[in-house]
Amino acid sequence: MPAQGLDDLIGLLSSRGYEVWGARERDDALGLMPIETAAELPRGRVEAAEAGRVRLVEGPRDAVFDHTLPMHGLKRLVHPAEEKLYATGPDLVARDEAVAANPVAVLGVRPCDLAALETLTQVFEGGPYSDTRYRQRRDALFLVAVNCMRPAATCFCASMHTGPRAEAGFDLSLDELLDGDRHVFLVTAGSARGREILAELPGEAACAADLDAAEAGSRACAAAQQRRMVEGVEGLLKRNLEHPHWSEVAERCLSCANCTMVCPTCFCNTLEDRSSLDGAEAERWRRWDSCFTLDFSYLHGGAVRRETASRYRQWMTHKLSHWHDQFGMSGCVGCGRCIGWCPVGIDITAEAAAIAASEQGQTRSGDET
Amino acid sequence: MKPTLAVWKFSSCDGCQLTLLDCEDELLELAETVTIAHFLEATRSRQPGPYDISLVEGSVTTAGEVERIRQIRRDSRLLVTIGACATAGGVQALRNARDHAAFKAAVYPSPQFIDALDTSTPIADHVPVDFELRGCPIDKRQLLETITALLKGRKPVLPDYSQCVECKLAGTVCVMVAHATPCMGPVTQGGCGNLCPRVGRGCYGCFGPKENANTEMLAAEFAALGADRRTIRDLFGNVTAGAPAFAAERARHDG
Ligand code: SF4
Ligand code: SF4
Ligand code: SF4
Ligand code: SF4
Repeated sequence: MPAQGLDDLIGLLSSRGYEVWGARERDDALGLMPIETAAELPRGRVEAAEAGRVRLVEGPRDAVFDHTLPMHGLKRLVHPAEEKLYATGPDLVARDEAVAANPVAVLGVRPCDLAALETLTQVFEGGPYSDTRYRQRRDALFLVAVNCMRPAATCFCASMHTGPRAEAGFDLSLDELLDGDRHVFLVTAGSARGREILAELPGEAACAADLDAAEAGSRACAAAQQRRMVEGVEGLLKRNLEHPHWSEVAERCLSCANCTMVCPTCFCNTLEDRSSLDGAEAERWRRWDSCFTLDFSYLHGGAVRRETASRYRQWMTHKLSHWHDQFGMSGCVGCGRCIGWCPVGIDITAEAAAIAASEQGQTRSGDET
Repeated sequence: MKPTLAVWKFSSCDGCQLTLLDCEDELLELAETVTIAHFLEATRSRQPGPYDISLVEGSVTTAGEVERIRQIRRDSRLLVTIGACATAGGVQALRNARDHAAFKAAVYPSPQFIDALDTSTPIADHVPVDFELRGCPIDKRQLLETITALLKGRKPVLPDYSQCVECKLAGTVCVMVAHATPCMGPVTQGGCGNLCPRVGRGCYGCFGPKENANTEMLAAEFAALGADRRTIRDLFGNVTAGAPAFAAERARHDG
């Protein structure tokens, strides 16, 4: 598909009733928002991301998708930050709040965010009870993936095996091929409705050279990643639930909860009841919560996790270790958002590496004796 | 009989009481639900105690106020302090670690007539307090939630999370991470409704320290963003400067 085909794609999705969303520049960052034309995408812009800093700057070339991730992933679309669940009155009958799940097509979903959506699906539907609100919102999504050609400095999807190339979980996927004056997209369909749209897009069948270029782009992107998660982190953390490093991180951690809020897989929420002044009407609301707050671990008589060290340990061990026991997969997809959007730049890959290094240090000193 | 509500003022600017009058849509309903027994900003009629709920605005800055708050506590079933002055001493607590006599001499032509204590202290330093509403001014929704909950005998929903959580719930771009603007949000309790970061400003800390506030690390981050000692001191020196966690951090950057 030629580069201008992006507007045809947006048009085809709109005509099928989808509101099209994409990454847009907003307050000097990328937000996931409705778009009307491809011109609104941050063409030529990339994130200069590092631990605790995310800045948008001019990239080296005029690609539409050299940027990586908007601040929030798909989580907001399937698991809103706050929502009313039901209301009741003097009759004490609960009236469910209908889910306003308007069809949304997201253009430019990265492989890590697709993996995060799979993770959320496992969380909300994998057990004996499934969340019907989640399903209604999930069904309303049409996903156009983009395979990454350039990583941000905070990305580590390659070591989490979630990217930088999406194999499944999308309706359509795009590879952006930019070579001199030639600017085309390789389009792959991943579902029946994706194939319908693909059939109407402009362009011709892909040649072997383009397929190779796309694969090579993904390999180069994986090789260019500056961060990686240490191997065997699941067992590593389980062996080190007591470790001086937790207190060391706690000296730096603000327990502000930003990491959990931007994490595309953190699903924790709390229920809040609201009532009218006269007490005749009441509502139940659900809102995001985080293991970094004190109230989160409140049990009879008080909060269990008073120290920041125990909250940081909860976050990291849940993401990387206990998630496997709970959901049969990792809770981290390697998107790096928690690294970039932490106000003090705490880096989950570096903290894991520090604990791993201490084990190796122990083994070495053990070997010597 | 309807429950009684009393509103009291100590050393303060009246802004928090005004929040109650600001509840325009709910004010009539509130007046129907409770008897407003004492609220001088709204009405001159006063009824004697006891009161079911007392809302107390302002800090304690005179010997007379020390006596008055004790009497109000005796007269009140539930005592709720409202605002940065009542919960942390307010901006007037900036004098606490300073030479009060010198301030008086510098400001007033006849300082001998000023009959004030050397410190401005929160209400909780003097009497037991049942609930605190933070903020400068307090948040209208939190005020209504508290009154509603207390009237029904349930615990008010008053989150203890950081201002950062409000940013993320609202989808606000972080001004520290994206713009390198110093922001007090990570150590400040949320509740204002994300007023400052939402318009691209750093949080001023009006709601005071969150539990477990790691002010030292945040101050180090401010320095890394290029703030000098004086700027850092002043970031911890706004309306909640008297709160222990902020006062200690301020002191570390003083002089
Ligand atoms: S790791 Fe960073 S973002 Fe997460 S709670 Fe600690 S300071 Fe906040
Ligand atoms: S833990 Fe961090 S890197 Fe992993 S998925 Fe969550 S935000 Fe992304
Ligand atoms: S890391 Fe914390 S906020 Fe995230 S899912 Fe686990 S317990 Fe919940
Ligand atoms: S803008 Fe301030 S309050 Fe908001 S997330 Fe950033 S540091 Fe926290």
